[in-house]
Amino acid sequence: MLKIENLHARVEGKEILKGLSLSVNAGEVHAIMGPNGAGKSTLGNVLSGRDGYEVTEGTVSYNGMDLLTMAPEARAATGVFMAFQYPVEIPGVNNTYFLRAALNAQRKTRGEKALDSMQFLKLVREKLKVMQISDELLHRAVNEGFSGGEKKRNEIFQMAVLEPKLAILDETDSGLDIDALKQVAQGVNTLRSPERAFLMITHYQRLLDYVVPDFVHVLADGRIVESGDKSLALKLEEQGYAGLAERHPAGAVA
Amino acid sequence: MSQPASQPLVDSLLDAPLPRSGIAWLDDARQQNLKAFATSGLPDARVEAWKYTALRALAQRRFSAVDVAAPQVAVDAASMALLGVDGPRLVFVNGVFRAELSELAGLPEGLTLQPLSQALAGDAEPLRFSLSRHYREPGDAFARINAASARDGVVLRVAANAKIARPVHLVFVAAAAEVDLAWHARNVIEVGNGAELNLVEQHLGSGEPVHLATLVSDIELHEGARLQHTVLQNAATSTNLFRRSSLHLQARAEATLHVFELGGALVRHDLRVELVGDGAHLHTRGVFMPHGRQHIDTQLAIRHQALNTTSDSTWRGVANDRARGVFRGAIVVAPGADGSDANLSNKNLLLSPGAEIDTKPELEIYADEVKAAHGATVGQLDERSLFYLRSRGIPLAEARAVLTAAFCRAVLGDLPNEALREHLSTLLVEQLPST
Repeated sequence: MLKIENLHARVEGKEILKGLSLSVNAGEVHAIMGPNGAGKSTLGNVLSGRDGYEVTEGTVSYNGMDLLTMAPEARAATGVFMAFQYPVEIPGVNNTYFLRAALNAQRKTRGEKALDSMQFLKLVREKLKVMQISDELLHRAVNEGFSGGEKKRNEIFQMAVLEPKLAILDETDSGLDIDALKQVAQGVNTLRSPERAFLMITHYQRLLDYVVPDFVHVLADGRIVESGDKSLALKLEEQGYAGLAERHPAGAVA
Repeated sequence: MSQPASQPLVDSLLDAPLPRSGIAWLDDARQQNLKAFATSGLPDARVEAWKYTALRALAQRRFSAVDVAAPQVAVDAASMALLGVDGPRLVFVNGVFRAELSELAGLPEGLTLQPLSQALAGDAEPLRFSLSRHYREPGDAFARINAASARDGVVLRVAANAKIARPVHLVFVAAAAEVDLAWHARNVIEVGNGAELNLVEQHLGSGEPVHLATLVSDIELHEGARLQHTVLQNAATSTNLFRRSSLHLQARAEATLHVFELGGALVRHDLRVELVGDGAHLHTRGVFMPHGRQHIDTQLAIRHQALNTTSDSTWRGVANDRARGVFRGAIVVAPGADGSDANLSNKNLLLSPGAEIDTKPELEIYADEVKAAHGATVGQLDERSLFYLRSRGIPLAEARAVLTAAFCRAVLGDLPNEALREHLSTLLVEQLPST
């Protein structure tokens, strides 16, 4: 589904990704772990199409398409979703209105019929039940005045409604207490399916206690330096990223 | 330098015969104001209040003051329909009262509503204070020519303690004419002690020709009176519209204004509010959205003159294409107006590189224990918000429209008439660059 090859990317002239390669198939859950500054968030931003990230080398192919040439909205319409680390507050834009506009814009791009407000409301009610989110959140402006946990749950709720094929979760666990973390994890687990892939970018392994990944990759200095199954995450937890530096000194090829 | 001799606009207006009322004080006031207009001509950029609004191009045009067709020209009544506004209605076409488009039957008790032309034919004395005024400031050209030339307008009175719930609808239409046309309207509005009034003022038009229109409104709120005033300025883009609204609030009076400046070519609104009675309260919300080559200038001046008076103003500007917006928010807390609380915010959005908005906050405080907050910004749409919407699949143009509408909606939120609020919200969205 997603094939990243030798990806190099710069931010403000500084090279952050230095030859990252990764393959993700439908149905798989991949965790990307790594120390601060390794390039984890840059990877998420490059995949979602944010401005200011310059790809200097390498390719990203998504279901056979060249993802890097597509506008952010086109990526969304083909099923790429990014759960942001810091979701923005948008005063004056109602959460429900926003979500319906997003879903219908995606459907229009895909040549599907728009959902009317009744159909949309029905869909939202179903998803609310699964996500255990109070519908009071829906009547508020997008993320405005939401707590940290509410913002992250709202991201997962949006994902549930938009039903992407590839979901990228950027530090979705950061800043959450254990109850909120469990709720978010449960939401993600509910959405796991053979057609959907997840890329979970995280600093800590605690999210992985609740969303068990099929693969764990270690990102350091702009590259994947080690890959394995969930036991790799536990090893990292024990040894820390410092142990990693010993195994993979800067400049060495993974 | 003012050079009346070189201003065809001034010459053409001076050529027009003054209306004659047969009322000595009124004819005298008209003469005096005309003389002042002839002497000073139009203000130029050296007059501070006209610094950002140049009249050079307009000054080169000639306007006819005579429109014999105005009483008959066809106007589509549907064009003035507003949701949630179904009360009494007064309609003026090119400055001329049109009874057949108006709705004056069955006025609620306590409401007096008639065209100025009729009021002057009866007992004109109650209008003397308003209509015999002289305008002395260097920038008063349009108020002067209005005082000299207005033949018609609205005379509205609400008796003490009367509550007029259904909105009174005042409509000013710029309609087709044979020539470029100048017309003037004068409103005198008075809300009695403890009375309540809901007012909707609407400006619309249908393209050609070029109009020069002036509207001067004097609004007096007596003790404890309450006014809800909504203004929808959606004039044709060939109309040059100069308005002055002067509000005078006595003790504990409350005025709530919502102003939507959408249409017009060159538009200027002088909104002057004097809080003269203890505990008077003013609440203003406004949005101006010039696009194309429009120029929309709002001059809000609030004077706190009594104890514990409060004002709260939130204005938004959105300029697109090569349009220009101007906003001046001037608050004066006069000596003795202790305990006053004044709040003013003006945020502006530029949607294109050729657009411009000049905003100028001014605050002068001469009293004690005053709370005052004041802020103005000019910026672009937030890139992070735009990206967030796009990352969810909303195309760039639509994302911009959604965020711009949200920016403007801040001025709509507290409009109590829900149907009207929805109607205006839709109009705002339609005004935005197409998605």
